[in-house]
Amino acid sequence: MNEIPSPQPAPDGPMVIPPSKWRISLIWLVPAIAALIGFSMLIHTWTSEGPKITITFNSAAGLEAGKTQLKYKEINIGLVNSITLSKDGSQVIVHADIDKSAAGLIRQDSRFWVVRPRIGAGGISGVDTLLSGAYIGMDKGHATENSRKFTGLETPPTVIGDMPGTSYVLKTNDLDSLDVGSPIYYRSIPVGHVASYQLSDDGRSVNIQIFVDAPYDKFVTPDTRFWNASGIDVSLGANGLKMQTQSLATIVSGGIAFSNSPISTAEPAPKGTKFTLAKDQQSALAPPDGPSQFIRLRFDQSLRGLSIGAPVQFIGMDIGQVRFIKPDYDAAKDHFATVVGIEVYPERLGDVLSKLPRTEGTDEEQLAQFMARFVEQGLRAQARTGNLLTGQLYIALDFAPKAPKVAFNPKARPLSLPTISGSFDHLQEQVASIVSKIDRIPMDSIGRNLDNSLANLNKALLQVNGQTLPQATQTLRDAQEAIGSAQQTFVGVQQTLGDVQSLIAADAPLQQDLGETLTEVRRTARSLRTLTDMLGRHPESVIRGRPTDVPEASVSTSKNTPDNAKDTR
Amino acid sequence: MSSAIHSVEQSAPTPRAHQLKMISCHSCGLVCEDTQGHDNHARCPRCEADLHRRKPNSITRAWALLIASVIFYVPANVMPMMNTSLFGSGMDSTIMEGVITFWKSGSYGIALVIFIASVAVPCAKFLVLGLLLVTSQRRSLWKMRERARLYRMVEFIGYWSMLDVLVVAIVAALVKFHGLSDIEPRVGILFFGMVVILTMLAAMSFDPRLIWDAETGYRHDGDMA
Repeated sequence: MNEIPSPQPAPDGPMVIPPSKWRISLIWLVPAIAALIGFSMLIHTWTSEGPKITITFNSAAGLEAGKTQLKYKEINIGLVNSITLSKDGSQVIVHADIDKSAAGLIRQDSRFWVVRPRIGAGGISGVDTLLSGAYIGMDKGHATENSRKFTGLETPPTVIGDMPGTSYVLKTNDLDSLDVGSPIYYRSIPVGHVASYQLSDDGRSVNIQIFVDAPYDKFVTPDTRFWNASGIDVSLGANGLKMQTQSLATIVSGGIAFSNSPISTAEPAPKGTKFTLAKDQQSALAPPDGPSQFIRLRFDQSLRGLSIGAPVQFIGMDIGQVRFIKPDYDAAKDHFATVVGIEVYPERLGDVLSKLPRTEGTDEEQLAQFMARFVEQGLRAQARTGNLLTGQLYIALDFAPKAPKVAFNPKARPLSLPTISGSFDHLQEQVASIVSKIDRIPMDSIGRNLDNSLANLNKALLQVNGQTLPQATQTLRDAQEAIGSAQQTFVGVQQTLGDVQSLIAADAPLQQDLGETLTEVRRTARSLRTLTDMLGRHPESVIRGRPTDVPEASVSTSKNTPDNAKDTR
Repeated sequence: MSSAIHSVEQSAPTPRAHQLKMISCHSCGLVCEDTQGHDNHARCPRCEADLHRRKPNSITRAWALLIASVIFYVPANVMPMMNTSLFGSGMDSTIMEGVITFWKSGSYGIALVIFIASVAVPCAKFLVLGLLLVTSQRRSLWKMRERARLYRMVEFIGYWSMLDVLVVAIVAALVKFHGLSDIEPRVGILFFGMVVILTMLAAMSFDPRLIWDAETGYRHDGDMA
């Protein structure tokens, strides 16, 4: 319509175009859009407004109106609007606005609690709230009815929402170090935790609610045994020192462990099944104790090392424990004795009981009859040493066939079992006598003498070292020298012998001289004979001198042989 | 009133552009002959910008933008401007909450600055622009010079109106200590920014010459109001 030109365009004037009304209105889109946006936000706010709820708490500690948030799975789902006191002033009422998106979570059984920092051995939770301040945690409900008024929990629930798993109840005499959140172990794997605990109505036991996570809850069967796995289990056995603990955390915060009989094929236990929490693994896995019987023992000996709770063993099996120990005085014998009360659990004998002949009467009467029989066969109580190091005693019920016969009164109450003095007592005496003998050995003087002797020996050795040895060395050296000179002597001897040999050789001058001498001796002998003959014939010549016919012969003889001449004189 | 009359009397002898059939280019300022007959388009011979005797649809546009900005001003005040989280506890705060917080904590100066920049100035702009538009539409001769001065003031303030937005932007960028302290902008600041932009646009759309057209009785074409 705007574009239609005038039927007769003015020859000298510009074309006139009527102003567009559409263009004017276009700018109005801006406020329109603005209004639309504003309006849509208004609607959005209006529609996103969720339910308003009130939660009652005992204390508003850490809660702040306009600031404290409501969180589900750590997601903000609302805000505390205001906090007021209840009419009687005993409680605080927290008014909170819940987001529309979270309205479906608010059911009649929704739970609310204040999340504050909690520090436990099992871990620290709510650290973020240390600085940011507390917030209200929420667990969604499953009920079909809605509610707008809630009562807040004072402690956070440990089982939140639709965590898969099953909860059970454990009954125990003492909570020990267990706490909410303490872990539950199955084969040392954490599979759950303690959800809550409270005293039983009569105050005699503690009921612990535990939560075992899926899929581990299928391992909990009606015959599962639970025990308190707190602390460290240190045992000294034949294999040495053994230390066992489920995890480091259980040492501090405690824990519960459970296990099944290896042959168990039972179906998983239904939710809320009640179990008994045993003190430790041993007692948990032991067969159930059944009723106990009380027996009184009287010992004539000192029972140092026997403590209350010490085990009572029957042929090596634990069947009970010591309940009390007290002294007794026998006026007739003017003698002090010790009375020990023990508690035995006949059921611990297990199948054996069924093999024993059936008897009539109450449990106590039956026990009395059994005992009467066994005492006849030599059943006696004895305090034995369980541990040589610590001297801990235990009570052993054992058969001592050589024991002297004793009268047993099955009517006596409490039952009283005859005792024999412990084997260790004899041993102790023997050891004592050995020790006293050893004691009598004059160790002191022996030691002293030995010491002296050793000192002397030391001195002698010193002497030997300082004097004798050098001398001996000297002597040896001398001997060596002597041997050397002997060798030289031998050489000399050899030489002499050689000389001798050369002397006595056939052509030696000595030989010749000797020959000559012998010839000379012959001549002398001849002259001598001549002399003798002359003397025989002329004896007067000795006095008168020689006859004139033989003067020459007598002179020559006296010259050559002086000996003969002398003899002749 | 007397000053207005006085000014009218003073300015009466000088002829107006439209009386001389002259038109000034908005873009380059060239004054050329007004060849337009009745609202048809002409181009500046020098810069080829469209020539208008007055800003086209000035009052309508200004009104529309002003109304839009007023509409946006509501969520800008109602919605949180920024989220201050200190040690993990976040807290949304609107403009007025911020002002009150600062005032209560004794920081009167900061409270005053925020109040002036975020509340007083935008409101003043709404009022001034509304006043200018109404008076111009009614061709009022009342205090035209002061109104012109008001217009100049509004235009000048326009440059500084983004102060809030800038503060939030800078603070949000600076304070990022994870876990300890965090400041994050919220949707309110967006609306506030829109308010500022729309008021500036409204002020720009308004042609101050319309103030003076009342005295000559000149009705520029295109504005039917």
